[in-house]
Amino acid sequence: MRQVAIYGKGGIGKSTTTQNLNAGLATMGKKIMIVGCDPKADSTRLILGGLAQQTVLDTLREAGDDVELDLVLKAGYGGIRCVESGGPEPGVGCAGRGIITSITLLERLGAYESDLDYVFYDVLGDVVCGGFAMPIREGKAKEIYIVCSGEMMALYAANNIAKGITKYAQTGGVRLGGLICNSRNVDGEADLVAAVAKEIGTQMIHFVPRDNMVQRAEINRKTVIEFDPTCGQADEYMQLAKKIDGNDMFIIPKPMEQERLEQLLMEFGILG
Amino acid sequence: MQEREKILDNYTAKVFKNRKDHIVQLEESGVSQEIAANSRSIPGMMVNRGCCYAGCKGVVLGPLRDVVTITHGPVGCGFYSWGTRRNKANNPDGRNFIQYCFTTDMQESDIVFGGEKKLKQAIKEAVEIFHPECVLICSTCPIGLIGDDIQAVATWAQEAFKIQCVAFSCEGYRGVSQSAGHHIANNGLMKHIIGTGDALPHAGKHTVNILGEYNIGGDGWETSRVLKRIGYEVLNVFTGDGSYEGIKDSHIADLNLVMCHRSINYIAEMMKIKYGIDWLKVNCIGIQETIRSLREMAMYFNDPVITAKTEEVIADEYAAITGDLDFYKEKLAGKTAGIFVGGSRTHHYQSLLKELGVKTVIGGYEFAHRDDYEGRDVLPSIKLDADNKNIEEITVNKDEAKYRLVIDRERFEELKDKIELEEYKGMFRDMDSGTITVDDFNHYETEKLMEIFKPDIFYSGIKDKYMMVKAGMPARQLHSYDYSGPYSCFQGALNFARDSYMAIYAPAWKLIEAPWKTTSTLMGKIGGAQ
Repeated sequence: MRQVAIYGKGGIGKSTTTQNLNAGLATMGKKIMIVGCDPKADSTRLILGGLAQQTVLDTLREAGDDVELDLVLKAGYGGIRCVESGGPEPGVGCAGRGIITSITLLERLGAYESDLDYVFYDVLGDVVCGGFAMPIREGKAKEIYIVCSGEMMALYAANNIAKGITKYAQTGGVRLGGLICNSRNVDGEADLVAAVAKEIGTQMIHFVPRDNMVQRAEINRKTVIEFDPTCGQADEYMQLAKKIDGNDMFIIPKPMEQERLEQLLMEFGILG
Repeated sequence: MQEREKILDNYTAKVFKNRKDHIVQLEESGVSQEIAANSRSIPGMMVNRGCCYAGCKGVVLGPLRDVVTITHGPVGCGFYSWGTRRNKANNPDGRNFIQYCFTTDMQESDIVFGGEKKLKQAIKEAVEIFHPECVLICSTCPIGLIGDDIQAVATWAQEAFKIQCVAFSCEGYRGVSQSAGHHIANNGLMKHIIGTGDALPHAGKHTVNILGEYNIGGDGWETSRVLKRIGYEVLNVFTGDGSYEGIKDSHIADLNLVMCHRSINYIAEMMKIKYGIDWLKVNCIGIQETIRSLREMAMYFNDPVITAKTEEVIADEYAAITGDLDFYKEKLAGKTAGIFVGGSRTHHYQSLLKELGVKTVIGGYEFAHRDDYEGRDVLPSIKLDADNKNIEEITVNKDEAKYRLVIDRERFEELKDKIELEEYKGMFRDMDSGTITVDDFNHYETEKLMEIFKPDIFYSGIKDKYMMVKAGMPARQLHSYDYSGPYSCFQGALNFARDSYMAIYAPAWKLIEAPWKTTSTLMGKIGGAQ
């Protein structure tokens, strides 16, 4: 079972990319579970066709001790099992603690079945506290992909996440598997992201072009692969799925200094 | 001065650098020296300090009898601060809640989703069952982390139940010791309770509040009894057996008496600015100190009736204990003592011990500030560090309607030179040369000092009492008075003398050496002997 965590700047398209990628892996016959680690609980909407998923934490709060796995685990497209941690509304309580509680409970409930090929953690944009690092602690996700674009703030966030991974890589076994470029049509984007990836010691595993098909599919509460398997964007996600399934490059990142990152941006972005 | 060096000798360079300024061996009797205080403890040191919540809820707010004080947090903080301090309280109007423990008992889900709902529910239940006029909320560590808006809940409760509700953000990790909690409690009481009543000054009476008296073992009751005998009206005690009902009108007092300078000087100063009430540093522990305090009060009020009555009561109270006291004095003469307690008590008890013929060779505080050691004249030179600045300082303004000066300022200035009016001289000025004072003492230093000085009795708290007893040294608790008290004024001094005598002369100390260490317990014959 490969446990994978997807990180990246808020709004970069982590949930969309994760779900499309998972649809691709499911088409390849893989057995997958997605664990949404965002208090907004919107990480599995496309797989479940918009079905409102009862979150682990709501269930825990309401049912108390009588939490059963089938209350919180729903299968969607391609048999993908979906779980949402959930959490408090913005501004109250502790979302980070919520993730820790939720993942611990899922383990106790036996959600991590041995027949799973993949467990994906879709984590909130910034690793603001220890709770959001729960998926990459010892014994959890061993590989991480960072979703980014060629925009400065996205790369800045990616570099920061790499710093976090370095810390956990030294104590646990977590490794960076690559950057996924979710294109924003920035000048020289593919080259820039590839260069940044190289600089921190990893790869740009795939360049996902920008396509309105993603929007259309989302409005229909579907992944692109489910919505229109024949379109070009579906093929892009299939390629991403294949690359990740066959990936064997797992490294401890070497995050850049701020100056070096800005230098690369000048070289490839503005000047390129 | 070699004793100080002996303690510091075992430290590594880094620890030495920190601790050397916290340990002072006085060079000259009655002359103050600089000490480092109110700063972070060193990780790994077993210190006796408590946390901010302990200072706020445990010390200052806990003793208020007619308020429901809710500990907002997981159950441990509420449970372990329940009834452990021996702050006694009466039940004059049917409202005495200090035997209860109120806590929101936060569970994992409450942490994740926020605890405000549960806190509101707790207040609702407490109000419905106990009908308090005032509810106090004290936050523990996790509440500060998850950011529950307890101030908003307090505002809600005031409107919903038409009661007074005050929230205290006294999370345990704030500040360097419980001292931060005292300050936070002082701020909250001053902002929301003191002066909110509409009582008018009691004309023709001499009214006082006793500040920093927590009625441990009934100290506050004994002090009040003596003051009442003289003719004073004791309006409020902050906060031992104190009440919300009373302290909201505490602004009408003529004079504030400050016992524990450390925990309540903030309120004393703010009441002076806002209501014009002068404060006098008193000490009702020890006969001479009690007499000094009573005489200084009489000087302040300058009423011949009170002055005469003061002398009469002193003579009478003193006569009632002299016979018994002489016996204990004879037994205790020449003994030595170590005192490690609090932020004021180490000073207070030294004069009583001196009267009993006991010399204090080691003193120490857990959470005092420099002014408690060196006197208030060092206040302007105390540099605030980041930890201190993290605790709110509130400023109050003159309340034109309630401001009242009891004595004219000319006389005030005149008195200021003669008595401890708005002045605290600090502990050092009452200590002898060669004695050692330790700030934020730890287990190792305590043990080492006992080894060097071998005092006949050690006064401290529950955290180190039994380490002393196990080492074969008599020890008494000066936080809780073990199961005894009161120790204040004349009768209290006698109680203290009796308890100290019993501790030192307990027959148990003769039995602590195993018999086989001193005499042979085996009998036998040498083989072959005729």
